[in-house]
Amino acid sequence: MHFDKELDARGLNCPLPILRTKKALAELASGQVLHILATDPGSVKDFAAFARQTGNALLASNAHDKEFEFFMQRK
Amino acid sequence: MTSTPQSTTIDELVNRRLEELLPLKIAQGVEEALRAREEAKVPALAIIASKGTLDWAYPPFILGSTAAALGWDVSIFFTFYGLGLLKKDISDLKVSPLGNPGMPMKMPFGPEWFQGIDWNIPNLVQAGVPGFETLATKLMQQTIANKGVAGIDELRELSLEAGVKFTACQMTVDLFGFRHEDFIGGIDYAGAATFLPVAREADVTLFI
Repeated sequence: MHFDKELDARGLNCPLPILRTKKALAELASGQVLHILATDPGSVKDFAAFARQTGNALLASNAHDKEFEFFMQRK
Repeated sequence: MTSTPQSTTIDELVNRRLEELLPLKIAQGVEEALRAREEAKVPALAIIASKGTLDWAYPPFILGSTAAALGWDVSIFFTFYGLGLLKKDISDLKVSPLGNPGMPMKMPFGPEWFQGIDWNIPNLVQAGVPGFETLATKLMQQTIANKGVAGIDELRELSLEAGVKFTACQMTVDLFGFRHEDFIGGIDYAGAATFLPVAREADVTLFI
């Protein structure tokens, strides 16, 4: 999937992945996509809730073994 | 104008129908207006932070910074031991396993089987060994670093950056003999009368 920026949040624990994502999204233009890598198992639910609450679109949420990736589009 | 018997019947029918429909329509309208207002409102979180140990420092800053990231308005009121979280240097926050049977005592180093052991150290020993609290704090700090959990200073910085409003309880500042110079900048000093109206407007209020 196409993305405009990548955020490596692997090894970080709650709430850092969300806080870093918020910052990274602020640097994108509306419609641009952020690719996030994480290892926090709680991030799957947290990113869905973050998207619902902020109105940014969670385009995809994938789990590979112990790693998670998210594609989030800035609203 | 006089009504013919026929129009009277029509009026009655219309009236009866309106009486059935109007309450439903009004209820629907009110519900929609309430929902629109709810959606337009920025959620607000008000927290009282009353504890000053390393473990209890986490909830206010984690919830505060995360709520701010979700776009909420956040206010944290620091009172009693919570005031310590506003000091310029918070690297000396401590955690005590003494009298806290809920706290696991695990070693943050060595082989996996060793790290898995929960050291059940009697209170009497914890209380009698000089520096036990400092040792427990060091172990906790190492665990925090190992697990990729943010430091309190970092979470506090992120909260401020995200626009979380910090207020210190002036009464406690006086009570404990602190000076404003002891604390970081950018915080307000106020009392209960300032917190209550903020809490009243907030959707979520927590006492930590």
